[in-house]
Amino acid sequence: MMRLELVKRPQRSMLFSALSPFIAFGLTIVAGAIMFALLGVNPLSAFRIYFIEPISQVWQLHELAIKAAPLILIAVGLSVCFKANIWNIGAEGQFILGAIVGSIIPVFFPQFEGPLVLPLMLLFGMVGGAAYAAIPALLKTRFGTNEILTSLMLVYVAQLFLDWLVRGPWRDPQGHGFPQTIQFNDSAILPELMPDAGRANWGFVFALVAAVAIWILMSRMLKGFEVRVLGSSPRAGRFAGFGLNRMVFFAFLLSGALAGLAGISEVSGAIGQLQPVISPGYGFTAIIVAFLGRLNPLGIVAAGLVLALTYLGGEAVQSALGISDKVARVFQGMLLFFVLGCDTLIHYRIRLIGLAAPKLEAAPKLKEAR
Amino acid sequence: MDITVNILLTIATAATPLLIAAIGELVVERSGVLNLGVEGMMIMGAVGGFGAGYLTGSPWIGLLAAVAMGAVFSLLFAVMTLSLATNQVATGLSLTLLGLGLSGMMGTSFVGQPGERLPNLDIPGLTSIPVVGRLLFGQDPIFYISIALTAAVMWFLFKTRTGLTLRSIGDSHTSAHALGIKVIRYRYLSVIFGGACAGLAGGHLSLVYTPQWVENMTAGRGWIALALVVFASWRPWRVLAGAYIFGAVWIGQLHAQAFGIPVPSQLLSSLPYLATVVVLVLISRNKRLTMMNTPASLGQPFVPDR
Repeated sequence: MMRLELVKRPQRSMLFSALSPFIAFGLTIVAGAIMFALLGVNPLSAFRIYFIEPISQVWQLHELAIKAAPLILIAVGLSVCFKANIWNIGAEGQFILGAIVGSIIPVFFPQFEGPLVLPLMLLFGMVGGAAYAAIPALLKTRFGTNEILTSLMLVYVAQLFLDWLVRGPWRDPQGHGFPQTIQFNDSAILPELMPDAGRANWGFVFALVAAVAIWILMSRMLKGFEVRVLGSSPRAGRFAGFGLNRMVFFAFLLSGALAGLAGISEVSGAIGQLQPVISPGYGFTAIIVAFLGRLNPLGIVAAGLVLALTYLGGEAVQSALGISDKVARVFQGMLLFFVLGCDTLIHYRIRLIGLAAPKLEAAPKLKEAR
Repeated sequence: MDITVNILLTIATAATPLLIAAIGELVVERSGVLNLGVEGMMIMGAVGGFGAGYLTGSPWIGLLAAVAMGAVFSLLFAVMTLSLATNQVATGLSLTLLGLGLSGMMGTSFVGQPGERLPNLDIPGLTSIPVVGRLLFGQDPIFYISIALTAAVMWFLFKTRTGLTLRSIGDSHTSAHALGIKVIRYRYLSVIFGGACAGLAGGHLSLVYTPQWVENMTAGRGWIALALVVFASWRPWRVLAGAYIFGAVWIGQLHAQAFGIPVPSQLLSSLPYLATVVVLVLISRNKRLTMMNTPASLGQPFVPDR
């Protein structure tokens, strides 16, 4: 009988801090190979179809960028929340509300054209996402209500609200009864970056800009310091005069606005109209992106591309091998599991010991001073 | 009268999975662990229960499979958070995400297949008593398990020494550890118990409530169960009351949709989720009640020093 024992490192290991996402990715590949083998598929050819073929041509890289953009946008916002120990897990709902509020202009004023349309839509989208995120923030600061549960419940409400809009008041009267709004006019469509090469649109640029902006905020500005202090030690934050309630609002509004921007960018870029379902769970997958990227905006860009590839790979194995595209969700879930597990190595050494083994040395004190 | 009985029966059926999942999570949280993976364990129980029932033709084997599936799946969470001291919120979330994906994959071939349903209790002479007969003696077996489970957990937590120990761990794992209590072992067992309960709750959905497999068929019930624990301020009998209130809301909105009340069906469908938010706000306004009952070391990782 063996058991694990954690031994606290004197300081965090820089080595494992850098290595952990890669170890996690490697372990995911191993677990994935076992899974494919269990499904009766040759793992090597499955991996080629899953991870290589979807990005072997230029137009496919554009598809990757389309999937990565919302993931990165949402995840950089969430990274600020998580760093501050604030748990917004309702980004999926904020994404939807951003898409809805941003679509007000093209749906109600289809004849409104010109260069002003898009900036207004994007602004509306950010306001919509931020406003929806303000609800759990308000409930948390005002009544102390757990933000995990409220933000999550509001996802279901947002999905049903969108469903009602596109089947009811916002449905295209000329749409042959299909549950969708009118096609947005050309001024309301997010332009493609390189129309000759592929479909990638400005949403990906927004994602990169947001990542750089949040990186500057977190590493170069007082507000970022405040986030980190309040996240690691609320007591120390109070002594420094940082308000926890203000931080809750800041984190929720920021992440909500970015999720809303992702929502309206997706609708105006990749889809071109509102439909009952506009997201394959971007808001939840972004949580994985945030952790895989070490809550660091630049890491998140890389993680967003990896997770975008899991979506494309899922579609690829479904059409090539007839495996459910849910395989993408499984890969994503495993990846997050392994990342969290590997992160333990940053703070602890792991020792396997026999239950009967005598105590070998004086163990260092493990308790954290929090 | 018959209609009233029928409505009460459907409320009990809707409340049962919420009650079981919430009672399991209550024990987990009383031991100081926050497992946000209820939704994932529940959906794994649902797919495991349906699959085993469908493949063997026996809903009883399905029931056992659901419980086992939930327990095994929760072990993943236990190893991560208890042995590797990972962040409980993030690990619970990933358990839910993984469960939703894995169940979808495992259930691909079950979609649209007719499932096995657990038979309702039928005691000659008793079940046919007017009005109360069917309420007391004519429900599905998991209903009776849920009531017995609630009573047992209530007795265990508040009347036994082990229950007291468990609660003390939830309130201060360092003190409990200093007293020589095996904190990690208690927590392992609690988490697995919670997983088994969530699995059973999922099994109820796919073996009783709607005996078929539909992707994401838990529809947020795992999250509502988590909210119920907070709502109940970590007391079993309040979980029971809360589960039935939510069962009533769930059934009420379904009936309202069926009667064609001139309100968008989507608004009615969102009522259980909105009700959850409202209830959470109401309960958290009472700070003293919450502070008094929240297990003090809830959600904090614990690494024993030797």
